[in-house]
Amino acid sequence: MIIRIKKPSDVASSEITPHGVYLNRRSFLKASAKSAAAAALAPSALLACSGESDAAEASGTAVGDGVVATPTQEIPPRFQGMTSELDEPLNSWEEITTYNNFYEFGTAKSDPSQNSGDFRPRPWSVAIEGHVNNPGEYHLEDLLAFPQEDRVYRLRCVEAWSMVIPWRGFPLRELINRVEPTGNARYLEFTTVVRPEQMPGQRRPILDWPYIEGLRMDEAMHPLTLLSTGVYGVDLPNQNGAPLRLVVPWKYGFKGIKSIVKIRFVEEMPVNTWQAQNSNEYGFFANVNPEVDHPRWSQARERRIGEFRRRETLMFNGYAEEVASMYEGMDLSRWI
Amino acid sequence: MSSSGRRTQPGLLAARILLWSGALAPALWLGAGFFTGWLGVNPIEKLTRVTGLTALIVLLVTLAVSPARRLTGWNPIIKLRRPLGLFAFFYAFLHFGIWMVLDLGFQLAWVWEDIVERPYITVGFSAFLLLIPLAITSTRGWIRRLGKRWSTVHKLAYVATGLALVHFYWLVKADIRLPVILATIFGLLMASRVSRWWSRRHRRRERSSESTRTAPASS
Repeated sequence: MIIRIKKPSDVASSEITPHGVYLNRRSFLKASAKSAAAAALAPSALLACSGESDAAEASGTAVGDGVVATPTQEIPPRFQGMTSELDEPLNSWEEITTYNNFYEFGTAKSDPSQNSGDFRPRPWSVAIEGHVNNPGEYHLEDLLAFPQEDRVYRLRCVEAWSMVIPWRGFPLRELINRVEPTGNARYLEFTTVVRPEQMPGQRRPILDWPYIEGLRMDEAMHPLTLLSTGVYGVDLPNQNGAPLRLVVPWKYGFKGIKSIVKIRFVEEMPVNTWQAQNSNEYGFFANVNPEVDHPRWSQARERRIGEFRRRETLMFNGYAEEVASMYEGMDLSRWI
Repeated sequence: MSSSGRRTQPGLLAARILLWSGALAPALWLGAGFFTGWLGVNPIEKLTRVTGLTALIVLLVTLAVSPARRLTGWNPIIKLRRPLGLFAFFYAFLHFGIWMVLDLGFQLAWVWEDIVERPYITVGFSAFLLLIPLAITSTRGWIRRLGKRWSTVHKLAYVATGLALVHFYWLVKADIRLPVILATIFGLLMASRVSRWWSRRHRRRERSSESTRTAPASS
């Protein structure tokens, strides 16, 4: 286990875990869990701490087992007192895993947690296609071999609610560097799995399945952009997008495509699902912006789940310092 | 209830018990849920949604009373219309109050901004406003005072329901099944009224044309 504490603007090295270490990862993780528990957590900045969660350790599971070890406490011990870089407390396990938008399992917030029991996130692989030197099927195990870090991010839904979530995952750029995009790759197009037999929401054409999302190359390469494999130190529950999902904290939540089976490197800007559904209301960029309202509701404020009063929404969801430069010169009221 | 003293039909009594328990159940469930955590991690959203949906459903049930009477020929059912309408208003009032007080924290500037700038809130608010005079004029005194105009005034219920349906349809992101189902029911209820009005007019015309034809002959 590699313990790293880094600033958001740090460039991550694309180090590759040696195969031997990877094969021995379970014993390796167990051995390092104790030292990790002793490691002091960074009180500021985006956390990059490590160590298996206490819940996972207690139940003998490890990263990537796909066994979602539900913590016995709403905030597992290792995460207690942890906050975002703006001193916001974490949302609880219950809040994060019972209030979800994942239309593949139904459109009500409680549907994903209630209807995803049949979903099988193992075995899993991701097809890498398009303008890359190393296309092919990448097994989940290959992706879990990238050093997994915990990152506390705000999640701002386009519906004007928000949470603070301790994701576990690795920067997308690590994978991009591995697959070596060619000069023609200007955008990434992500695709969610289609399994109507396991995903009851897909049995009706509520959206045009499969769910598609996209990022511009610089957005995808940004160190904040995460491919998440877990939350609260354990593997992602099905309702949160198991086994692999995108997390782009300065964009509205719908950009965080779940249960990814394909990443295509393309030249043209992809048409994401919600844009195809209603292009007047949803665009490609979907950057959190309190000054540009959704046509039907205000984006100036949000309800943090667990709080009573609404709070002001921050430009780029509070990550303006890190990401605003990517959009310089763009009319943000046009490029929604 | 009003008919104490007079003989109450057992059927009507049963219907009343059904009405009151059915109409109070959502409020009791929400009230209990607010304190027990049954409403999930975003209770304000749950309260808003359930009260709004209940208001709309009770409005539709209210509008179903007259067609049901014609269909079944069971006249006492009309006595359920006023309590139903008042329950619809009760839930619409809760819906509006929860939104204004709990959701927006009684920030009147935000309330006004939403009403003016968000079309789905504009129509929803209009529907609520239209229900207020209907609730006020639902008493015996007002029915007597307004006379024939009362039923004309209370046709506003059709407008309010239509606006409430638009409000619901416009706030849904993708899954329009429920608003479409409710709108279809509303369409059927209105169609029954239109067809009745049409056949009545037709009959009246026939009668008047018959009388004009027969009038010279008989004189």
